[in-house]
Amino acid sequence: MSHTRSIRELASDLAAKKISAVELTEHFLKRIAAHDERLNTLISRNEESARERAAAIDAGDNAGAALAGLPIAHKDIFCTRGVRTSCGSRMLDNFVAPYDATVVERLAGAGTVTLGKTNMDEFAMGSSNETSFYGSVRNPWNTDYVPGGSSGGSAAAVAAGLVPAATGSDTGGSIRQPAALCGVTGIKPTYGRVSRYGMIAFASSLDQGGCFARSAEDCAAVLQAMSGFDARDSTSVEREVPDYSAVLDSQGDDFLEGLKVGLPKEYFAEGLDDASRKVIEAAIAEFEARGAEIVEITLPHTDLAVSTYYVLAPAEASSNLARFDGVRYGYRCENPVDLEDLYTRSRGEGFGREVQRRIMVGAYVLSAGYYDAYYLKAQKTRRLIARDFSDAFENVDLIAAPVTQAPAFKLGEKLDDPVSMYLNDVYTLPASLAGLPGMSVPAGFVDGLPVGLQLLAPWFEESRLLGAAHAYQQSTDWHTKRPAGFE
Amino acid sequence: MSLSEDQVRNVARLARLGLDDDQIADYAGELSNILDVVVSLEKADTTDVEPMAHPLDLAARLRADDAIEVSSRDEFQAIAPAVAEGVYLVPKVIE
Repeated sequence: MSHTRSIRELASDLAAKKISAVELTEHFLKRIAAHDERLNTLISRNEESARERAAAIDAGDNAGAALAGLPIAHKDIFCTRGVRTSCGSRMLDNFVAPYDATVVERLAGAGTVTLGKTNMDEFAMGSSNETSFYGSVRNPWNTDYVPGGSSGGSAAAVAAGLVPAATGSDTGGSIRQPAALCGVTGIKPTYGRVSRYGMIAFASSLDQGGCFARSAEDCAAVLQAMSGFDARDSTSVEREVPDYSAVLDSQGDDFLEGLKVGLPKEYFAEGLDDASRKVIEAAIAEFEARGAEIVEITLPHTDLAVSTYYVLAPAEASSNLARFDGVRYGYRCENPVDLEDLYTRSRGEGFGREVQRRIMVGAYVLSAGYYDAYYLKAQKTRRLIARDFSDAFENVDLIAAPVTQAPAFKLGEKLDDPVSMYLNDVYTLPASLAGLPGMSVPAGFVDGLPVGLQLLAPWFEESRLLGAAHAYQQSTDWHTKRPAGFE
Repeated sequence: MSLSEDQVRNVARLARLGLDDDQIADYAGELSNILDVVVSLEKADTTDVEPMAHPLDLAARLRADDAIEVSSRDEFQAIAPAVAEGVYLVPKVIE
Protein backbone atom coordinates (compact mmCIF):
# COMPACT_ATOMS: atom_id res chain seq x y z
CA MET A 1 0.00 0.00 0.00
CA SER A 2 2.08 2.86 -1.32
CA HIS A 3 -0.03 5.56 0.30
CA THR A 4 0.72 4.32 3.80
CA ARG A 5 4.48 4.35 3.33
CA SER A 6 6.87 7.11 4.30
CA ILE A 7 8.53 9.36 1.75
CA ARG A 8 11.87 7.88 2.67
CA GLU A 9 10.58 4.35 1.95
CA LEU A 10 8.99 5.46 -1.31
CA ALA A 11 12.14 7.31 -2.39
CA SER A 12 14.30 4.32 -1.65
CA ASP A 13 11.95 1.93 -3.49
CA LEU A 14 11.90 4.30 -6.46
CA ALA A 15 15.67 4.60 -6.47
CA ALA A 16 16.02 0.81 -6.29
CA LYS A 17 13.40 0.45 -9.08
CA LYS A 18 11.25 -1.74 -6.83
CA ILE A 19 8.42 0.49 -7.96
CA SER A 20 8.33 2.78 -10.98
CA ALA A 21 7.34 6.43 -10.91
CA VAL A 22 4.51 5.57 -13.31
CA GLU A 23 3.15 2.87 -10.98
CA LEU A 24 3.31 5.20 -8.00
CA THR A 25 1.66 8.04 -9.89
CA GLU A 26 -1.10 5.70 -11.12
CA HIS A 27 -1.69 4.49 -7.57
CA PHE A 28 -2.28 8.01 -6.26
CA LEU A 29 -4.28 9.09 -9.33
CA LYS A 30 -6.57 6.12 -8.65
CA ARG A 31 -7.02 7.22 -5.06
CA ILE A 32 -7.81 10.74 -6.20
CA ALA A 33 -10.37 9.41 -8.70
CA ALA A 34 -11.95 7.24 -6.00
CA HIS A 35 -12.14 9.79 -3.19
CA ASP A 36 -11.88 13.34 -4.36
CA GLU A 37 -15.46 13.78 -5.55
CA ARG A 38 -16.35 13.55 -1.89
CA LEU A 39 -13.53 15.65 -0.43
CA ASN A 40 -13.02 18.30 -3.14
CA THR A 41 -9.34 18.72 -2.23
CA LEU A 42 -8.19 19.48 -5.77
CA ILE A 43 -9.15 22.42 -7.97
CA SER A 44 -7.20 21.08 -10.95
CA ARG A 45 -6.04 17.55 -11.63
CA ASN A 46 -3.08 17.07 -13.93
CA GLU A 47 -3.47 13.38 -14.83
CA GLU A 48 -1.96 13.57 -18.30
CA SER A 49 1.02 15.76 -17.46
CA ALA A 50 1.63 13.68 -14.33
CA ARG A 51 1.74 10.45 -16.35
CA GLU A 52 4.12 11.98 -18.89
CA ARG A 53 6.33 13.35 -16.18
CA ALA A 54 6.43 10.03 -14.29
CA ALA A 55 7.35 8.23 -17.51
CA ALA A 56 10.14 10.74 -18.10
CA ILE A 57 11.46 10.12 -14.59
CA ASP A 58 11.41 6.37 -15.23
CA ALA A 59 13.34 7.08 -18.44
CA GLY A 60 16.06 8.86 -16.48
CA ASP A 61 14.95 12.48 -15.90
CA ASN A 62 16.13 13.82 -12.54
CA ALA A 63 18.01 10.58 -11.94
CA GLY A 64 19.52 10.56 -8.47
CA ALA A 65 17.43 13.52 -7.24
CA ALA A 66 16.22 13.20 -3.64
CA LEU A 67 12.50 12.89 -4.46
CA ALA A 68 12.68 11.48 -8.01
CA GLY A 69 9.26 10.07 -8.84
CA LEU A 70 7.47 11.24 -5.70
CA PRO A 71 3.90 12.45 -6.39
CA ILE A 72 2.90 15.71 -4.73
CA ALA A 73 0.24 18.42 -5.04
CA HIS A 74 0.72 22.17 -4.92
CA LYS A 75 -1.55 24.62 -3.18
CA ASP A 76 -3.24 26.61 -5.94
CA ILE A 77 -1.49 29.76 -4.70
CA PHE A 78 1.77 28.63 -6.35
CA CYS A 79 2.12 29.54 -10.02
CA THR A 80 2.55 26.48 -12.24
CA ARG A 81 3.54 27.13 -15.82
CA GLY A 82 0.89 26.08 -18.29
CA VAL A 83 -1.55 25.03 -15.56
CA ARG A 84 -4.45 27.06 -14.19
CA THR A 85 -3.45 28.85 -10.98
CA SER A 86 -6.71 30.12 -9.49
CA CYS A 87 -5.83 31.01 -5.89
CA GLY A 88 -9.33 29.73 -5.11
CA SER A 89 -10.88 32.77 -6.81
CA ARG A 90 -13.22 33.50 -9.68
CA MET A 91 -10.81 36.37 -10.39
CA LEU A 92 -8.17 33.88 -11.54
CA ASP A 93 -10.44 31.08 -12.76
CA ASN A 94 -9.07 31.60 -16.29
CA PHE A 95 -5.46 32.33 -15.27
CA VAL A 96 -2.92 29.91 -16.71
CA ALA A 97 0.37 30.87 -15.11
CA PRO A 98 3.10 31.82 -17.59
CA TYR A 99 5.87 30.79 -15.19
CA ASP A 100 6.67 28.47 -12.26
CA ALA A 101 6.98 29.62 -8.65
CA THR A 102 10.43 28.96 -7.20
CA VAL A 103 8.90 26.37 -4.85
CA VAL A 104 7.39 24.54 -7.83
CA GLU A 105 10.64 24.77 -9.78
CA ARG A 106 12.72 23.47 -6.86
CA LEU A 107 10.41 20.56 -6.07
CA ALA A 108 10.38 19.65 -9.76
CA GLY A 109 14.18 19.83 -9.69
CA ALA A 110 14.11 17.36 -6.79
CA GLY A 111 12.16 14.99 -9.07
CA THR A 112 8.57 15.33 -7.83
CA VAL A 113 5.55 14.62 -10.01
CA THR A 114 2.70 17.16 -9.64
CA LEU A 115 -0.70 15.46 -9.51
CA GLY A 116 -2.78 18.58 -9.10
CA LYS A 117 -3.45 21.95 -7.51
CA THR A 118 -5.12 21.94 -4.13
CA ASN A 119 -8.24 23.79 -3.04
CA MET A 120 -7.88 26.74 -0.69
CA ASP A 121 -9.73 29.68 0.78
CA GLU A 122 -9.96 32.46 -1.79
CA PHE A 123 -6.61 34.28 -1.91
CA ALA A 124 -5.74 32.33 1.28
CA MET A 125 -8.23 34.40 3.29
CA GLY A 126 -10.08 32.07 5.60
CA SER A 127 -9.73 29.44 8.29
CA SER A 128 -12.20 26.86 7.00
CA ASN A 129 -11.66 26.54 3.24
CA GLU A 130 -15.27 27.62 2.76
CA THR A 131 -14.42 30.87 0.95
CA SER A 132 -13.08 28.99 -2.10
CA PHE A 133 -14.80 29.77 -5.42
CA TYR A 134 -14.60 26.01 -6.05
CA GLY A 135 -16.59 25.00 -2.98
CA SER A 136 -15.66 23.77 0.46
CA VAL A 137 -13.18 21.01 1.11
CA ARG A 138 -14.46 18.31 3.45
CA ASN A 139 -12.51 16.95 6.39
CA PRO A 140 -11.70 13.25 5.76
CA TRP A 141 -12.19 12.45 9.48
CA ASN A 142 -15.81 13.57 9.25
CA THR A 143 -17.09 15.02 6.01
CA ASP A 144 -19.61 17.25 7.80
CA TYR A 145 -16.68 19.20 9.21
CA VAL A 146 -14.26 21.78 7.79
CA PRO A 147 -10.65 20.83 7.07
CA GLY A 148 -9.40 24.21 8.28
CA GLY A 149 -7.81 26.78 6.07
CA SER A 150 -6.54 28.35 4.13
CA SER A 151 -4.47 25.37 2.91
CA GLY A 152 -7.39 23.00 3.60
CA GLY A 153 -7.13 21.11 0.31
CA SER A 154 -3.48 20.25 0.89
CA ALA A 155 -4.08 19.11 4.48
CA ALA A 156 -7.14 17.01 3.60
CA ALA A 157 -5.44 15.44 0.55
CA VAL A 158 -2.50 14.29 2.68
CA ALA A 159 -4.82 13.09 5.48
CA ALA A 160 -6.85 10.99 3.03
CA GLY A 161 -3.71 9.52 1.44
CA LEU A 162 -4.38 11.11 -1.96
CA VAL A 163 -0.79 12.43 -2.06
CA PRO A 164 2.21 11.72 0.17
CA ALA A 165 2.91 15.44 0.58
CA ALA A 166 1.59 18.82 -0.49
CA THR A 167 2.73 22.42 -0.37
CA GLY A 168 0.95 25.14 1.57
CA SER A 169 1.33 28.72 2.63
CA ASP A 170 0.89 30.38 6.00
CA THR A 171 -0.01 34.03 6.58
CA GLY A 172 -1.73 33.71 9.96
CA GLY A 173 -1.87 29.96 10.53
CA SER A 174 -2.87 28.56 7.15
CA ILE A 175 -0.53 25.56 7.44
CA ARG A 176 -0.62 24.79 11.17
CA GLN A 177 -4.41 25.11 11.59
CA PRO A 178 -5.52 22.79 8.74
CA ALA A 179 -2.71 20.36 9.64
CA ALA A 180 -4.14 20.22 13.17
CA LEU A 181 -7.75 19.85 12.04
CA CYS A 182 -6.89 17.10 9.52
CA GLY A 183 -4.41 15.20 11.70
CA VAL A 184 -1.32 15.62 9.53
CA THR A 185 2.12 17.10 10.17
CA GLY A 186 2.62 20.60 8.81
CA ILE A 187 5.51 23.04 8.97
CA LYS A 188 5.67 26.76 8.34
CA PRO A 189 9.32 27.76 8.23
CA THR A 190 10.81 31.10 9.26
CA TYR A 191 9.73 34.05 7.15
CA GLY A 192 12.35 34.32 4.39
CA ARG A 193 13.39 30.65 4.43
CA VAL A 194 11.25 29.62 1.45
CA SER A 195 11.03 31.84 -1.62
CA ARG A 196 7.78 33.69 -2.18
CA TYR A 197 8.51 34.17 -5.90
CA GLY A 198 5.45 32.97 -7.80
CA MET A 199 3.39 32.51 -4.62
CA ILE A 200 0.41 34.81 -5.12
CA ALA A 201 0.73 37.58 -2.52
CA PHE A 202 -1.82 38.09 0.26
CA ALA A 203 0.11 39.93 3.01
CA SER A 204 3.74 40.20 1.96
CA SER A 205 5.28 40.78 5.39
CA LEU A 206 3.61 37.58 6.67
CA ASP A 207 3.26 35.12 3.76
CA GLN A 208 5.52 32.09 3.94
CA GLY A 209 5.47 28.78 2.06
CA GLY A 210 5.71 25.41 3.79
CA CYS A 211 4.43 21.87 3.50
CA PHE A 212 2.25 19.03 4.78
CA ALA A 213 3.11 15.35 5.04
CA ARG A 214 2.40 12.33 7.25
CA SER A 215 5.34 12.81 9.62
CA ALA A 216 8.13 15.15 10.66
CA GLU A 217 10.56 12.95 8.77
CA ASP A 218 8.54 13.35 5.57
CA CYS A 219 8.19 17.11 6.12
CA ALA A 220 11.97 17.35 6.54
CA ALA A 221 12.52 15.79 3.12
CA VAL A 222 10.03 18.09 1.36
CA LEU A 223 11.08 21.26 3.20
CA GLN A 224 14.69 20.53 2.31
CA ALA A 225 13.85 20.64 -1.38
CA MET A 226 11.81 23.87 -1.05
CA SER A 227 14.12 25.94 1.13
CA GLY A 228 16.96 28.32 0.45
CA PHE A 229 17.90 31.70 -0.89
CA ASP A 230 16.29 32.97 -4.08
CA ALA A 231 17.48 36.19 -5.70
CA ARG A 232 14.02 36.64 -7.26
CA ASP A 233 12.40 37.20 -3.85
CA SER A 234 13.85 40.31 -2.23
CA THR A 235 12.73 39.12 1.21
CA SER A 236 14.40 35.73 0.82
CA VAL A 237 17.19 35.26 3.36
CA GLU A 238 20.76 34.35 2.39
CA ARG A 239 21.48 31.74 4.96
CA GLU A 240 22.59 28.15 4.72
CA VAL A 241 19.89 25.48 5.02
CA PRO A 242 20.89 22.64 7.38
CA ASP A 243 20.48 19.03 6.29
CA TYR A 244 17.20 18.39 8.13
CA SER A 245 17.07 14.64 7.59
CA ALA A 246 20.65 14.31 8.86
CA VAL A 247 19.65 16.14 12.04
CA LEU A 248 16.80 13.67 12.58
CA ASP A 249 19.05 10.70 11.87
CA SER A 250 21.87 11.81 14.13
CA GLN A 251 19.77 12.71 17.16
CA GLY A 252 16.64 10.68 16.51
CA ASP A 253 15.01 9.42 19.69
CA ASP A 254 17.18 11.46 22.03
CA PHE A 255 16.32 14.84 20.62
CA LEU A 256 14.08 15.87 23.50
CA GLU A 257 16.60 14.91 26.18
CA GLY A 258 17.51 18.08 28.06
CA LEU A 259 15.46 20.36 25.79
CA LYS A 260 13.78 23.18 27.69
CA VAL A 261 10.18 23.54 26.53
CA GLY A 262 8.04 26.53 27.50
CA LEU A 263 4.27 26.42 27.83
CA PRO A 264 2.85 29.92 27.32
CA LYS A 265 0.17 30.34 29.97
CA GLU A 266 -1.87 32.61 27.67
CA TYR A 267 -2.39 29.66 25.29
CA PHE A 268 -3.83 27.51 28.06
CA ALA A 269 -6.14 30.14 29.53
CA GLU A 270 -9.91 30.50 29.11
CA GLY A 271 -11.12 29.60 25.65
CA LEU A 272 -9.24 26.32 25.27
CA ASP A 273 -11.70 23.47 25.09
CA ASP A 274 -11.26 21.00 27.98
CA ALA A 275 -10.99 17.85 25.90
CA SER A 276 -8.37 19.45 23.62
CA ARG A 277 -6.47 20.60 26.69
CA LYS A 278 -6.24 17.00 27.93
CA VAL A 279 -4.83 15.88 24.57
CA ILE A 280 -2.18 18.64 24.63
CA GLU A 281 -1.29 17.88 28.26
CA ALA A 282 -0.78 14.21 27.40
CA ALA A 283 1.52 15.19 24.52
CA ILE A 284 3.53 17.41 26.83
CA ALA A 285 3.77 14.59 29.38
CA GLU A 286 5.29 12.47 26.59
CA PHE A 287 7.85 15.22 25.93
CA GLU A 288 8.70 15.17 29.62
CA ALA A 289 8.97 11.39 29.65
CA ARG A 290 11.49 11.70 26.83
CA GLY A 291 13.67 14.01 28.89
CA ALA A 292 12.38 17.48 28.09
CA GLU A 293 12.25 20.03 30.89
CA ILE A 294 8.84 21.71 30.95
CA VAL A 295 8.45 25.26 32.25
CA GLU A 296 5.62 27.76 32.23
CA ILE A 297 6.34 30.97 30.34
CA THR A 298 4.42 34.12 29.51
CA LEU A 299 3.82 35.83 26.18
CA PRO A 300 2.05 38.83 27.67
CA HIS A 301 0.92 40.53 24.44
CA THR A 302 -0.86 37.49 23.01
CA ASP A 303 -4.24 39.18 23.43
CA LEU A 304 -3.20 41.85 20.90
CA ALA A 305 -2.48 39.35 18.12
CA VAL A 306 -5.95 39.12 16.57
CA SER A 307 -6.38 42.91 16.40
CA THR A 308 -2.86 43.44 15.12
CA TYR A 309 -3.20 40.81 12.45
CA TYR A 310 -6.63 41.96 11.28
CA VAL A 311 -5.25 45.44 10.67
CA LEU A 312 -1.92 44.53 9.05
CA ALA A 313 -2.98 41.59 6.89
CA PRO A 314 -6.01 43.35 5.32
CA ALA A 315 -3.94 46.53 4.80
CA GLU A 316 -1.29 44.60 2.90
CA ALA A 317 -3.97 42.62 1.07
CA SER A 318 -5.79 45.74 -0.10
CA SER A 319 -2.53 46.91 -1.63
CA ASN A 320 -1.48 43.54 -3.11
CA LEU A 321 -4.90 42.82 -4.58
CA ALA A 322 -5.03 46.19 -6.33
CA ARG A 323 -3.25 44.46 -9.23
CA PHE A 324 -6.40 42.55 -10.15
CA ASP A 325 -7.90 45.19 -12.39
CA GLY A 326 -9.39 43.21 -15.27
CA VAL A 327 -6.88 44.65 -17.74
CA ARG A 328 -3.91 42.32 -18.12
CA TYR A 329 -5.12 38.93 -16.87
CA GLY A 330 -7.85 37.35 -14.83
CA TYR A 331 -11.56 38.10 -14.74
CA ARG A 332 -13.06 40.96 -16.76
CA CYS A 333 -16.71 41.99 -16.51
CA GLU A 334 -18.94 41.95 -19.61
CA ASN A 335 -19.24 45.12 -21.70
CA PRO A 336 -17.59 47.74 -19.51
CA VAL A 337 -18.75 51.25 -20.44
CA ASP A 338 -15.60 53.02 -19.25
CA LEU A 339 -12.38 52.28 -17.40
CA GLU A 340 -13.87 52.95 -13.96
CA ASP A 341 -16.72 50.57 -14.73
CA LEU A 342 -14.21 47.98 -15.94
CA TYR A 343 -12.28 48.13 -12.66
CA THR A 344 -15.18 48.26 -10.26
CA ARG A 345 -17.37 45.62 -11.87
CA SER A 346 -14.47 43.23 -12.55
CA ARG A 347 -13.46 43.48 -8.89
CA GLY A 348 -17.04 43.51 -7.60
CA GLU A 349 -17.88 40.34 -9.56
CA GLY A 350 -14.46 38.62 -9.50
CA PHE A 351 -13.76 38.72 -5.77
CA GLY A 352 -15.80 36.80 -3.20
CA ARG A 353 -17.25 38.18 -0.03
CA GLU A 354 -14.43 37.50 2.44
CA VAL A 355 -11.85 38.96 0.08
CA GLN A 356 -13.95 42.09 -0.46
CA ARG A 357 -14.39 42.42 3.29
CA ARG A 358 -10.66 42.32 3.88
CA ILE A 359 -9.85 44.68 1.01
CA MET A 360 -12.28 47.20 2.50
CA VAL A 361 -10.93 46.82 6.05
CA GLY A 362 -7.47 47.37 4.58
CA ALA A 363 -8.49 50.38 2.53
CA TYR A 364 -10.20 51.83 5.59
CA VAL A 365 -7.27 51.42 8.01
CA LEU A 366 -4.90 52.90 5.45
CA SER A 367 -7.13 55.84 4.53
CA ALA A 368 -6.35 59.43 5.45
CA GLY A 369 -7.01 60.17 9.12
CA TYR A 370 -6.95 56.53 10.23
CA TYR A 371 -3.45 55.42 9.23
CA ASP A 372 -1.78 56.34 12.54
CA ALA A 373 -4.57 55.02 14.74
CA TYR A 374 -4.74 51.62 13.06
CA TYR A 375 -1.89 50.75 10.73
CA LEU A 376 1.00 52.42 12.52
CA LYS A 377 -0.36 51.34 15.88
CA ALA A 378 -0.61 47.73 14.71
CA GLN A 379 2.98 47.82 13.46
CA LYS A 380 3.98 48.82 16.99
CA THR A 381 1.92 46.13 18.70
CA ARG A 382 3.42 43.67 16.23
CA ARG A 383 6.83 44.49 17.67
CA LEU A 384 5.53 43.91 21.21
CA ILE A 385 4.30 40.47 20.16
CA ALA A 386 7.61 39.62 18.46
CA ARG A 387 9.53 40.82 21.51
CA ASP A 388 7.51 38.47 23.74
CA PHE A 389 9.00 35.60 21.73
CA SER A 390 12.59 36.85 21.70
CA ASP A 391 12.36 37.31 25.48
CA ALA A 392 10.89 33.83 25.93
CA PHE A 393 13.55 32.19 23.77
CA GLU A 394 16.26 33.54 26.03
CA ASN A 395 15.08 30.96 28.56
CA VAL A 396 13.58 28.11 26.56
CA ASP A 397 14.57 26.14 23.45
CA LEU A 398 11.09 25.45 22.20
CA ILE A 399 7.50 26.51 22.84
CA ALA A 400 4.65 23.99 22.94
CA ALA A 401 0.97 24.91 22.84
CA PRO A 402 -2.35 24.01 21.23
CA VAL A 403 -2.86 25.04 17.58
CA THR A 404 -6.57 25.76 17.96
CA GLN A 405 -9.01 26.20 20.82
CA ALA A 406 -11.10 23.24 19.66
CA PRO A 407 -11.12 20.55 16.95
CA ALA A 408 -12.73 21.13 13.54
CA PHE A 409 -16.14 22.82 13.46
CA LYS A 410 -19.05 21.97 11.19
CA LEU A 411 -19.26 23.26 7.63
CA GLY A 412 -21.32 26.45 7.59
CA GLU A 413 -21.15 26.93 11.36
CA LYS A 414 -19.05 30.12 11.33
CA LEU A 415 -19.38 31.22 7.73
CA ASP A 416 -21.74 34.09 8.45
CA ASP A 417 -19.79 35.30 11.43
CA PRO A 418 -16.40 36.57 10.26
CA VAL A 419 -15.39 37.80 13.70
CA SER A 420 -15.84 34.39 15.32
CA MET A 421 -13.83 32.89 12.44
CA TYR A 422 -11.04 35.42 13.08
CA LEU A 423 -10.93 34.77 16.82
CA ASN A 424 -10.36 31.14 15.95
CA ASP A 425 -6.80 32.01 14.84
CA VAL A 426 -5.68 33.28 18.23
CA TYR A 427 -2.96 30.65 18.82
CA THR A 428 -1.44 30.74 15.35
CA LEU A 429 -1.34 34.48 14.61
CA PRO A 430 1.38 35.54 17.10
CA ALA A 431 4.11 33.34 15.56
CA SER A 432 3.13 34.49 12.07
CA LEU A 433 3.39 38.13 13.12
CA ALA A 434 6.83 37.41 14.61
CA GLY A 435 7.93 35.49 11.48
CA LEU A 436 8.81 32.41 13.55
CA PRO A 437 8.90 28.81 12.34
CA GLY A 438 6.04 26.67 13.62
CA MET A 439 4.65 23.18 13.29
CA SER A 440 1.52 21.25 13.97
CA VAL A 441 1.99 17.65 15.03
CA PRO A 442 -0.89 15.15 15.43
CA ALA A 443 -1.39 14.60 19.17
CA GLY A 444 -4.69 12.77 19.58
CA PHE A 445 -8.42 12.97 19.00
CA VAL A 446 -11.56 14.45 20.50
CA ASP A 447 -14.80 12.75 19.39
CA GLY A 448 -13.04 11.29 16.37
CA LEU A 449 -11.58 14.63 15.24
CA PRO A 450 -7.81 15.26 15.30
CA VAL A 451 -6.05 17.65 17.67
CA GLY A 452 -2.68 19.21 16.83
CA LEU A 453 0.21 20.13 19.10
CA GLN A 454 1.86 23.38 18.09
CA LEU A 455 5.64 23.69 18.35
CA LEU A 456 7.43 27.02 17.87
CA ALA A 457 11.19 27.54 17.69
CA PRO A 458 13.46 30.58 17.40
CA TRP A 459 14.02 32.14 13.98
CA PHE A 460 15.66 29.71 11.50
CA GLU A 461 15.55 26.76 13.93
CA GLU A 462 13.35 24.56 11.72
CA SER A 463 15.62 21.61 12.49
CA ARG A 464 14.79 21.94 16.18
CA LEU A 465 11.07 21.76 15.39
CA LEU A 466 11.51 18.78 13.11
CA GLY A 467 13.82 17.05 15.59
CA ALA A 468 11.40 17.45 18.48
CA ALA A 469 8.40 16.35 16.41
CA HIS A 470 10.32 13.37 15.04
CA ALA A 471 11.36 12.24 18.53
CA TYR A 472 7.73 12.54 19.69
CA GLN A 473 6.58 10.52 16.68
CA GLN A 474 9.02 7.72 17.57
CA SER A 475 7.00 6.86 20.67
CA THR A 476 3.50 7.89 19.61
CA ASP A 477 1.40 6.70 16.69
CA TRP A 478 -1.11 9.53 16.28
CA HIS A 479 0.50 10.51 12.98
CA THR A 480 -0.07 7.02 11.58
CA LYS A 481 -3.85 7.00 12.17
CA ARG A 482 -6.03 7.05 9.05
CA PRO A 483 -9.58 8.26 8.64
CA ALA A 484 -12.18 5.52 8.12
CA GLY A 485 -13.00 5.02 4.46
CA PHE A 486 -9.57 6.22 3.30
CA GLU A 487 -7.40 3.35 4.59
CA MET B 1 -17.07 51.48 16.33
CA SER B 2 -19.69 51.66 13.66
CA LEU B 3 -19.32 52.41 9.97
CA SER B 4 -22.16 54.15 8.16
CA GLU B 5 -23.28 53.01 4.73
CA ASP B 6 -21.78 56.19 3.28
CA GLN B 7 -18.41 55.38 4.81
CA VAL B 8 -18.58 51.88 3.34
CA ARG B 9 -19.53 53.34 -0.04
CA ASN B 10 -16.48 55.59 0.17
CA VAL B 11 -14.15 52.72 1.09
CA ALA B 12 -15.59 50.59 -1.73
CA ARG B 13 -14.93 53.49 -4.12
CA LEU B 14 -11.33 53.81 -2.89
CA ALA B 15 -10.85 50.06 -3.40
CA ARG B 16 -12.64 50.10 -6.79
CA LEU B 17 -15.17 47.52 -5.71
CA GLY B 18 -18.51 47.78 -7.46
CA LEU B 19 -21.15 46.90 -4.86
CA ASP B 20 -24.93 47.28 -4.88
CA ASP B 21 -26.93 48.86 -2.04
CA ASP B 22 -27.80 45.53 -0.41
CA GLN B 23 -24.14 44.56 -0.32
CA ILE B 24 -23.19 47.96 1.11
CA ALA B 25 -25.71 47.50 3.92
CA ASP B 26 -24.40 43.99 4.74
CA TYR B 27 -20.80 45.11 4.68
CA ALA B 28 -21.54 48.10 6.93
CA GLY B 29 -22.58 45.69 9.70
CA GLU B 30 -19.75 43.23 9.13
CA LEU B 31 -17.01 45.83 8.87
CA SER B 32 -18.28 47.51 12.03
CA ASN B 33 -18.02 44.21 13.89
CA ILE B 34 -14.45 43.72 12.66
CA LEU B 35 -13.45 47.24 13.68
CA ASP B 36 -14.98 46.61 17.10
CA VAL B 37 -12.35 43.90 17.54
CA VAL B 38 -9.34 45.79 16.21
CA VAL B 39 -10.16 48.94 18.16
CA SER B 40 -8.77 47.18 21.25
CA LEU B 41 -5.31 48.13 19.96
CA GLU B 42 -5.94 51.61 21.34
CA LYS B 43 -5.46 50.30 24.86
CA ALA B 44 -1.95 48.96 24.24
CA ASP B 45 0.88 51.09 25.54
CA THR B 46 3.25 51.56 22.62
CA THR B 47 5.24 54.50 23.95
CA ASP B 48 8.76 54.40 22.46
CA VAL B 49 8.00 51.27 20.43
CA GLU B 50 9.35 51.35 16.88
CA PRO B 51 6.87 50.21 14.23
CA MET B 52 7.76 46.77 12.83
CA ALA B 53 7.37 46.59 9.06
CA HIS B 54 9.26 43.37 8.47
CA PRO B 55 9.45 40.30 10.72
CA LEU B 56 13.22 40.04 10.53
CA ASP B 57 13.89 43.79 10.54
CA LEU B 58 15.92 43.36 7.39
CA ALA B 59 16.35 46.01 4.76
CA ALA B 60 15.29 45.04 1.26
CA ARG B 61 18.17 43.57 -0.67
CA LEU B 62 19.25 45.59 -3.68
CA ARG B 63 20.67 44.25 -6.90
CA ALA B 64 22.56 45.70 -9.81
CA ASP B 65 20.34 47.66 -12.16
CA ASP B 66 20.57 45.14 -14.99
CA ALA B 67 17.72 43.81 -17.07
CA ILE B 68 17.13 40.24 -15.87
CA GLU B 69 13.68 39.53 -17.27
CA VAL B 70 13.33 38.37 -20.83
CA SER B 71 10.48 39.79 -22.89
CA SER B 72 7.53 37.41 -22.78
CA ARG B 73 4.92 39.74 -24.21
CA ASP B 74 3.27 37.18 -26.44
CA GLU B 75 3.01 34.70 -23.61
CA PHE B 76 1.64 37.28 -21.18
CA GLN B 77 -0.83 38.66 -23.68
CA ALA B 78 -2.11 35.20 -24.52
CA ILE B 79 -3.90 35.21 -21.13
CA ALA B 80 -5.16 38.82 -21.30
CA PRO B 81 -8.87 39.57 -21.62
CA ALA B 82 -8.46 41.81 -24.70
CA VAL B 83 -5.38 42.66 -26.76
CA ALA B 84 -4.61 43.91 -30.26
CA GLU B 85 -1.29 44.44 -31.98
CA GLY B 86 0.66 43.93 -28.79
CA VAL B 87 -1.30 46.32 -26.57
CA TYR B 88 -3.92 45.70 -23.88
CA LEU B 89 -7.38 46.97 -24.80
CA VAL B 90 -9.61 48.90 -22.39
CA PRO B 91 -12.69 51.06 -22.97
CA LYS B 92 -11.94 54.40 -24.58
CA VAL B 93 -10.54 56.86 -22.03
CA ILE B 94 -10.12 59.98 -24.23
CA GLU B 95 -13.10 61.48 -26.01
